[in-house]
Amino acid sequence: MSNTEVLTFAPGNGNGISTHAQVRRVILCAGTGCMANGAMKVYEQFKSEIASAGLRVILELRAEAAGDEIRLSKSGCQGFCQMGPLVSVVPDGILYTKVRAEDVAEIVRETLTSGQVVERLLYKDPATRQSCRGLEDNPFYARQDRLVLSECGFLDPEDIHEYILHGGYRAAKKAFVEMTPEEICKTILDSGLRGRGGGGFPTGRKWEAARIQNSTKKYVICNGDEGDPGAFMNRSVMEGNPHSVIEGLMIAARAIGANETLVYVRAEYPLAVERMRHAVAAAEQEGILGKNVFGTGLSMKCEVMEGAGAFVCGEETAMIASIEGQRGMPRPKPPFPAQSGLWGKPTIINNVETLAHVSRILNVGPDVFKSIGTPDSPGTKTFALTGHVSNTGLVEVPFGTTLREIVYNIGGGVTDDAGKIWKTGFKAVQIGGPSGGCLTEDHLDLPLAYESLRSVGAMVGSGGLVAMNQGTCMVSIARFFMEFTQRESCGKCVLCREGTRQLLALLDDVIEGRADQNTLDLLEKLGHAVQVGSLCGLGKTAPNPVLSTMRYFREEYEEHVFEKRCRTGRCKALLSPEINQVKCKGCGVCIKACPTGAISGEKKQPHSINPELCIKCGACATACKIHAVEGI
Amino acid sequence: MASMPIAVDRAEKFEKVVSILDRHSRRPSGLIPILQAIQHEYQYLPEEVLTYVATSLDVPPARVFGVATFYAHFALEPKGKHVIRICDGTACHVKQSIPVLNALHQKLGTSEKNKTTADMLFTIETVACLGACGLAPVVVIDEQVYGQITPERAVALVDEIKAQEAMPTASAAEQLSAEERHV
Repeated sequence: MSNTEVLTFAPGNGNGISTHAQVRRVILCAGTGCMANGAMKVYEQFKSEIASAGLRVILELRAEAAGDEIRLSKSGCQGFCQMGPLVSVVPDGILYTKVRAEDVAEIVRETLTSGQVVERLLYKDPATRQSCRGLEDNPFYARQDRLVLSECGFLDPEDIHEYILHGGYRAAKKAFVEMTPEEICKTILDSGLRGRGGGGFPTGRKWEAARIQNSTKKYVICNGDEGDPGAFMNRSVMEGNPHSVIEGLMIAARAIGANETLVYVRAEYPLAVERMRHAVAAAEQEGILGKNVFGTGLSMKCEVMEGAGAFVCGEETAMIASIEGQRGMPRPKPPFPAQSGLWGKPTIINNVETLAHVSRILNVGPDVFKSIGTPDSPGTKTFALTGHVSNTGLVEVPFGTTLREIVYNIGGGVTDDAGKIWKTGFKAVQIGGPSGGCLTEDHLDLPLAYESLRSVGAMVGSGGLVAMNQGTCMVSIARFFMEFTQRESCGKCVLCREGTRQLLALLDDVIEGRADQNTLDLLEKLGHAVQVGSLCGLGKTAPNPVLSTMRYFREEYEEHVFEKRCRTGRCKALLSPEINQVKCKGCGVCIKACPTGAISGEKKQPHSINPELCIKCGACATACKIHAVEGI
Repeated sequence: MASMPIAVDRAEKFEKVVSILDRHSRRPSGLIPILQAIQHEYQYLPEEVLTYVATSLDVPPARVFGVATFYAHFALEPKGKHVIRICDGTACHVKQSIPVLNALHQKLGTSEKNKTTADMLFTIETVACLGACGLAPVVVIDEQVYGQITPERAVALVDEIKAQEAMPTASAAEQLSAEERHV
């Protein structure tokens, strides 16, 4: 392609795309997060300000560009959502954060016309208080290894030409024109790529199992039903680089001999659905999808289906049922979908992130892919870092990176509820969502990989990492996940349906002060039973958050049970508010504030609370100016 | 329009369903996209429409109701004009999404069981995760995402909508079309 000279794609240098020196480019993050913070207003403002500054705005990618032209484009999620809307200026390599429409005129005047940096819009590292000019000196980005995500923040997801100009669909062409299905399967197997959706099954083995099936009809499904609360890496890839997903699907289809593919996207991601549909239409228009792919005479179809809100549909066999128009309930395996899947035909289901790795493996070769990560878990993994850390967002790091690196160096450290750095505040990290477990301070130096996590009772899962500070009650966290899995249990297996309900009731007993030693024993026993007695991943892993918190925070459970006390004060039922008789001045403010009339006392005499009437709402403690109400 | 005879209204209603069914070639395998399109049209899945769909696809009504009740996105009861969805994913939960939910319930007189206000103006729902965890806690009102929300700001947003609704300037046509969707 002759146009490739105009823009050279250089992943890893931090800039992503460098253009010819004279063509400046302004890239606005248009992911869900930045859009919510008003990115579109900023975009419109840029359009008019650039034009009124006498510069020409180009919205479409063109081979020829003049010196006074500024290319304005939207990108997918750059993963630093909390600081959005994000605006990058390349080739200057500047990243502006929290940009408002009012700031645009200044950026156009200072940066686009005079080449100066607008200092106040730069990101300030909360630890060092230093301003960061761009990605290279921003600890959040500089310490990551962005491979899948690199293009997400720079390519215009709605412009297929940009993807093609940066080497897109080259791997798909290679797969169709130069390689045999056996070779593709072998390349993926050699790379050691493992499923990024949770289980970590070797992708090459899955493909090979489907390839050897003797069937004229086969299917490839992309699992974009990212249901784990707290994980959003698949959303970002579908929104930011949808063509990489389609290319991965095409290669997978070629590898197993399928000509129909389907992307199943979670209904809560309307923007991802829209971008995927747009990308499929563009690929059809360019003849990349269609009847005669790359002149090989082979056909390739891609459909986008929106889920209807059922977490269990992330499970392969449940997803197949859902696509077939049934209730999304899993069925026993074997037969595995690779043998008998959608409409009884051999089917492979791969996660979005897995597929996004595929084209790169074909381009750079399995050895380069394997050169980072650990021997058992090669490559990079994207984690969604959220919760009580300074920098929340998407973090792509090689497998084997320690938790300490992610939480303290990339995440910028643990924060309190108000968002201020809390140096000694680290309590735990919940990894892998409702199927995963907790990691404690002892695990900060554990290299994160499939096997190492399994050995401590957690799992990579889809990669949700929720950091929690000392103010978080671990029993309540376990209850939160149990409530989620209980609600999402499809009801097919008795132990999952009834067991999760009972586990939830037992946790309520702990939280509300009705528990004794038996409750704890029963929680463990039932937890193990649910693991063994459930068919699919949902039930098998549902007790993990409970068992893992019981393993590492046993003393907190025991405090709840034997001392009827929650050290964080989050469990309201265990609170016993009392008025400090020495501090109380008898002003009567608390009497007025109490909604149940539980407080009584003479004026200027210490008041007291009647525990029979008290509903532990905390209104008295909020009202008291001298903090005489204690224990709430 | 408002005085249109009920019979005609009903016929019109099923006309839309027919066109949706035709678009999906009346295949039972397309049941979920069909129900999604119907819900998009009516904001919920009216019972008589579901039985009509079952007959048209030649499947038992139990199959259609089974699917409609399985997935969280399908509503069998009409929703309010403005749907407020509070994210209670892990990130939002640890960043105190529940106080936001409670504040809204208190403000609107709704509860976990009774999600819609009596005047059919608001429906309050919780969702597991909207994938905007970087902005936690998150509230979505009519597809518009609001990040880093506090109970006070959530209540203020509701007040804003109420104030807009009270304004007589909202065109009659707009109101009518909103009502029509709740047939």
